[in-house]
Amino acid sequence: MKPFTYERASAPAEAAAAVARTPGAKFIAGGTNLLDLMKLQIETPTHLVDVNRLGLDKIESTPEGGLRIGALVRNTDLASDERVRRDYGVLSRALSAGATGQLRNQATTAGNLLQRTRCPYFYDTAQACNKRQPGSGCSALDGVSRQLAVIGSSEACIATHPSDMAVAMRVLDATVETVKADGSNRAIPMAEFHRLPGDTPQIDTVLQGDELITAVTLPKPAGGKQFYRKVRDRASYAFALVSVAAIIQRDGTGKVALGGVAHKPWRVEAAEAELSRGAKATAAAMLAGAKPTHDNAFKLPLVERTLAAVLADARA
Amino acid sequence: MANPTGATAGFQPTMPVAFTVNGQAANLTLDPRVTLLDALREHLHLTGSKKGCDHGQCGACTVMVNGRRILSCLNLAVMHEGAEITTIEGLGTPENLHPMQAAFVKHDGYQCGYCTPGQICSSVAMLEEIKAGIPSHVTADLTAPVQLTEAEIRERLSGNLCRCGAYSNIVEAVTEVAGRQG
Repeated sequence: MKPFTYERASAPAEAAAAVARTPGAKFIAGGTNLLDLMKLQIETPTHLVDVNRLGLDKIESTPEGGLRIGALVRNTDLASDERVRRDYGVLSRALSAGATGQLRNQATTAGNLLQRTRCPYFYDTAQACNKRQPGSGCSALDGVSRQLAVIGSSEACIATHPSDMAVAMRVLDATVETVKADGSNRAIPMAEFHRLPGDTPQIDTVLQGDELITAVTLPKPAGGKQFYRKVRDRASYAFALVSVAAIIQRDGTGKVALGGVAHKPWRVEAAEAELSRGAKATAAAMLAGAKPTHDNAFKLPLVERTLAAVLADARA
Repeated sequence: MANPTGATAGFQPTMPVAFTVNGQAANLTLDPRVTLLDALREHLHLTGSKKGCDHGQCGACTVMVNGRRILSCLNLAVMHEGAEITTIEGLGTPENLHPMQAAFVKHDGYQCGYCTPGQICSSVAMLEEIKAGIPSHVTADLTAPVQLTEAEIRERLSGNLCRCGAYSNIVEAVTEVAGRQG
């Protein structure tokens, strides 16, 4: 790791101010992705502001009947929360499908959203990667791309966002709450939180440098049957090739988001009108304009079949 | 709290950190880059916790912090001020093995032994997670108590790799201890 200085913050706005006043500073919470990347010198912060002691580790009911999840709630605790298991099953399922027990004990709600959108060429510092080194090119385009994006990608980047939790947050219409160094707050809908790569793939989210996530808020429970179906190359501890997060109501209407296919959790609200016509029509509408590579064209039929399996479970 | 002066204004080479390891106080002065794993192994000379991949993929460095299993390679030591850390050395001794250690011996739950400290720390903490009702990817009903099945054990230990492939014997050892705990 490159040398860095370290401090512990004790209040959210103070943490944001500490990052704002030090060029190259970053927040650290669970650190499971950041430290991994620091060891490879892919991330090289000059200063770390430890936000683990900010007290943002509660899950509270909101006046609207939803939940406000503190940024530092660990993945294990969120997946296990009685209200989440009962009312937001898709979220509990998605969390349990990600990473391992050790990592889920450490990883936080905000950190899960902020893990880097990435691919093997991002990790391999001997390869060109526009995300790691803007302007250097993309080795993945002509490389091994089985795992990579099929839609929303660009000539600059075909990486995928690896989070399972974020796909559930997207289908649940979650909102990300933040604070900046000047104490100002904003609420960012999940739909707008992660970016498509375009020609600036080094920027994963709409957050500004000194902007700290304080909570993720869920609206009141959507009801219905909730599913998170993840297809991967081994049974555990692997990123999704394709995943489907779905909330299906008794009348067949519902909401669907996909993981493993794009630079962000992929949801096309207009496509959800097709749900009553089945998986083929819905998948076709969600994936209109897809540009798969030779290696990952299989993901298009895989989305349709995974969605078909979810819809069959919903009818059962 | 450290008072940073900025990366260019003055570099801060080391920092104090205090935590307990296996009930013993540890007061260290460390470069902030030192991982919890390196603090345990290189500074406290507790070499039971192993460095396998050093990137959170193998589980050989698994220890318990405040009762929960984590990967010590993906933690900075300075992040754990005031924490209670338990390593394999704190679970049992050669003369007085922890039940999980004894079960691994009985069921031959290892070959080379390099992953074993992590496997055992992970297994002990994992059984507590089941008792606490924490669901897993293979838990059928999110609102019912977790059933202690082989599938649950295998899924919950997927973060601990064994290159020798002793998995079936590890599952037998864990199953025996879990059964004894009822």
